[in-house]
Amino acid sequence: MDRMTRDMDLRTDIVLLDLGHDRAVEVGFLHGARLFRRLAGAIACLTVPLLAGCTGPLSTLDPAGPNAAAVARLWWVMLAGAGLIFALVMICLLLAYRRRTRARGSVGTWVVGLGLVFPTTTLTLLLGYAIVTGERLLPHPGQEVLRLDGTARQWTWNFVYPDGGPAIPDGGPLVIPVGRPVDIHVTSEDVIHSFWIPRLGGKIDALPGHVNVIRLQASEPGRFGAQCAEFCGLGHTQMFFWVDAVPEENFRQRAEARR
Amino acid sequence: MNEPVRSASPVELHHELTRIWGANPGLGQLAAVNHTALGRRFIVTAFLFFAIGGILAMLVRAQIATSHSAFVGPEIYNQVFTMHGTVMMFLFAIPMFEGFAIYLLPKMLGTRDLAFPRSGAYGYWCYLFGGSILLLALAMGAAPDAGWFMYTPLSSKPFSPGINADVWLIGITFVEISAISAAIEVLVSILLIRAPGMSLDRMPIFAWYMLVVAVMILVGFPPLILGSILLEAERAFGWALFDPTRGGDSLLWQHLFWIFGHPEVYIIFLPAAGMVSTIIPVMAGRELLGYRWVVLAAISVGFLSFGLWVHHMFAVGIPHLALGFFSAASMLVAIPTGVQIFAWLGTLMSGRPRFNVPMLFLCGFFFIFVLGGLTGVMVAVVPFDLQVHDTYFVVAHFHYVLVGGFVFPIMAAAYYWLPHLTGRQPMFQLGHAVFWLVFIGFNLTFFLMHLTGLLGMPRRIWTYAESYGWDWLNLLSSIGGFVMTIGFALFVLDILLQARFGPKTGRNPWGAASLEWATPIPPTDYGFASIPTVTSHRQLADDPDLPRKLAAGDGLLGFARRNWLETIAVDMITGEPRQIVLLPGRTFLPLLTALATGLFFVSLLLQVYPLAIAGLVITIAMFWLWTRHPARTADLGRLPVGDGTTLPVHTESGQAPSWWAVVFLLLADAALFGSLLFGLVFLWVVAPGWPPPEVLSDSTAFALIAMACLVAAAGLGRLALRAARRGAVGWALVWNRFLAAAHVATVLLLAAILTTAPDPTAHAYAGVTVAILVYVLVHAAVGLILALHVWQACRRGHVSAARSLDLMIGRLWHDYTAVAGVIGLGTILGVAAMIGQPGAGG
Repeated sequence: MDRMTRDMDLRTDIVLLDLGHDRAVEVGFLHGARLFRRLAGAIACLTVPLLAGCTGPLSTLDPAGPNAAAVARLWWVMLAGAGLIFALVMICLLLAYRRRTRARGSVGTWVVGLGLVFPTTTLTLLLGYAIVTGERLLPHPGQEVLRLDGTARQWTWNFVYPDGGPAIPDGGPLVIPVGRPVDIHVTSEDVIHSFWIPRLGGKIDALPGHVNVIRLQASEPGRFGAQCAEFCGLGHTQMFFWVDAVPEENFRQRAEARR
Repeated sequence: MNEPVRSASPVELHHELTRIWGANPGLGQLAAVNHTALGRRFIVTAFLFFAIGGILAMLVRAQIATSHSAFVGPEIYNQVFTMHGTVMMFLFAIPMFEGFAIYLLPKMLGTRDLAFPRSGAYGYWCYLFGGSILLLALAMGAAPDAGWFMYTPLSSKPFSPGINADVWLIGITFVEISAISAAIEVLVSILLIRAPGMSLDRMPIFAWYMLVVAVMILVGFPPLILGSILLEAERAFGWALFDPTRGGDSLLWQHLFWIFGHPEVYIIFLPAAGMVSTIIPVMAGRELLGYRWVVLAAISVGFLSFGLWVHHMFAVGIPHLALGFFSAASMLVAIPTGVQIFAWLGTLMSGRPRFNVPMLFLCGFFFIFVLGGLTGVMVAVVPFDLQVHDTYFVVAHFHYVLVGGFVFPIMAAAYYWLPHLTGRQPMFQLGHAVFWLVFIGFNLTFFLMHLTGLLGMPRRIWTYAESYGWDWLNLLSSIGGFVMTIGFALFVLDILLQARFGPKTGRNPWGAASLEWATPIPPTDYGFASIPTVTSHRQLADDPDLPRKLAAGDGLLGFARRNWLETIAVDMITGEPRQIVLLPGRTFLPLLTALATGLFFVSLLLQVYPLAIAGLVITIAMFWLWTRHPARTADLGRLPVGDGTTLPVHTESGQAPSWWAVVFLLLADAALFGSLLFGLVFLWVVAPGWPPPEVLSDSTAFALIAMACLVAAAGLGRLALRAARRGAVGWALVWNRFLAAAHVATVLLLAAILTTAPDPTAHAYAGVTVAILVYVLVHAAVGLILALHVWQACRRGHVSAARSLDLMIGRLWHDYTAVAGVIGLGTILGVAAMIGQPGAGG
């Protein structure tokens, strides 16, 4: 939550900076700021019970690995920024009906300032943040990385650790070690499926004729849900399996038990 | 004879014009080609489809309201959600704005009708029949069930063996004829058929938006039409195109689908934005802030929307750098959208906005659409999208965009223009209740869905476990859905009450400045009894007495001449009057042509191919009959328009609307051809299983001769036109005969190549190669038909130095065919040579 508040402050600065040059809007915005503070308070009150409801075997808001955690952080930052921008638009709309004296209808302020400069600045910042985050999540080469091959077919998965690992029965549960990145090489034998363990990170499609790679890592032991995310026919709903993240020693024992 | 006779009184003029422009009562209504009637039909039909799509949505909400409320299995559920998406996108949203555009544009542009009334009617019937095929399939339990996006291989024969997928491919392609024909009609009409004096910068903002939308349809729809044709060829004839085991790739379908599918979202949003830009200035009591900026923003949205389709495909395994580019492009489109939003807000804040039902819906639009735009920026962020892609977060996002960006503005537009349509005022203040029910119901349904998606609920599952923790969210969403439905039901009631019992309204009830409020309301079949001359941006505000003067026949063409349906066409840029357009009147031909086209499509669907060929032949024959309308055996020369000046009729002017229509048709055609070439290159580079086992061989000589024939045909077309323009119709006939021979030779040569071409069912290379050959062959065959038509026109005396329109259109077609043929055949030869060399290709 701390980080969220900090990011919200940052956003407020950007917004003020951009609007500062025009008096008419500035006045409007200060009115809005008071209103917004009340609004933010109300949202915060509502958010606490909601956050308690953010858990679940498939919840992206309850991350159990660095990939999912980075995306969850991204989400809270974007939520705060979006909340501010939304409030700005709504306040403009309210003021249009509230104000006695009319604003100057200046193209410079409205179209260039608010319509052009403001989104360009905000979006550039967001794009930079997004690309840096995305780059960190890519499967860059590393020594510790474990390879897992996943082949989808209607409506189950077949998993193999080609460099040695526990045997995984079709349909799971899939066993992965805690604290070690796993590169999952995903493909399909028939239609398109999608590999997705929401508590660990984003999804990747399993396409016939192509192999896609996604890197996931569990930072804590536990049992997570995994669901096929690409509509794949009658059994799409049932294409679900469990993922068990187990400590490294346990994982090694299971791998050796297989041998 | 051509001297107009002024009517004795406005009433007499009204009766005469109504007799000429109107359709007969009863079954005669089926012959109506008038834009007011057609616009109304499109709107009402689209609303009926909206109701059907809404009922399907309610079934979805009932099914997944809780973890144990499922009442159908996946067989039915998959049909229900597929049809919900398909109906809402293809049978509601597009026809709805087409209806508004068809109804409003001629009136806003101060003219009597659109450029091609018959093609508008034909489009309507294609839409109705195509939509009916889909509904019939739904009633019979054989509706499409592979999702509205129809991803291969799930939609391919091995995984969808039933007729369901064919219903989608064929039904939707049938419906898309109406989108293409409406786009061409709207585009040509906006560019040419305006009131004299209406230069581009005096054009109503809605026309600007529709201009952009029409071009987007012409470039955006052909990739999907091509994809549908190819997928149907794969399903029906076993061609290899999308099958990864035979050199195809399921990703090709995704690219073709989303090159259409993403612009589609803006194709739906921009008309609504045009309505917002029209209504807000009226309600704010001032001009639109930054008119030029808004126009520029709309144009940039149009361009940018073609550069971001890949953001629907972030999870298919595309390199991160490329994703970064499409991510940036996706965010970029938020900028011109921001320009529009703040231009509207600035207009409101610097004006004195009224508060009424249309404005209420526009406030709802701001609230919902801005939220949808903000979540849109979020899903443009790649790492975040990889989490929420294909979850209910995305469902929430695009419903905010489409309902906020389309349904709310449309409801505002409905309340705003209803007095124009019905001539009546609202009776009770039901509109307020409608708004709050729909607004609260909508937000309850879809706001919570963001969280449902973040909690991991994927799309298109028909049930879920209680332990996932989604029950309370889904239940509230379903309750919200039903509240919204009650709101829409009340909307229908309100509209019906107003249309039936509302008190009569006076002219221009909102005090608008645009010309659609200068017609009599409810509008007459002819729109304007005489055509205004435009001197400003706000003609009606400058001259409030204009409606009376126009009705009295004081404008241009204020008379009924020889039972002609006349309107004026102008110079595209300056709005100077250039020609009199003679429009066709009521006719059953569009209906009959659409029935023949329907025979073609239904026979394809049922795989009765001889009957399909019959349907095609009858359709062509019907279109041949269409050409009888403007054909004349003598020049009319310049005709008086009523202010002392004279203008040529369009067939003798050299800048006829139909010539422009063919230009834009060829633009769409080029988009289709470009997609086909893209398919070949894409498969070559990306698909597994290349190089193909067998390539085209021993066809170089034939292909080169065919290319020469196509170029010769283009040259001969030019010679024939030049001869006709000199008045040497005999020479035109001679050149035309050689031209026909060249096309016959091309057809024969290409047929010969096809007999030796590799088997299209064996490898996707062969599939695309044969598709390109067929494409060129079809164009040569159409060129032959055009040559036959020119032959008939010359023989009947329809061609003179002034009346050379048929040859001008022919020249366009032959030129295009030559260019496309040389590129297509050249590509085939080049690719075959490169793959054929040892060590190359793959």
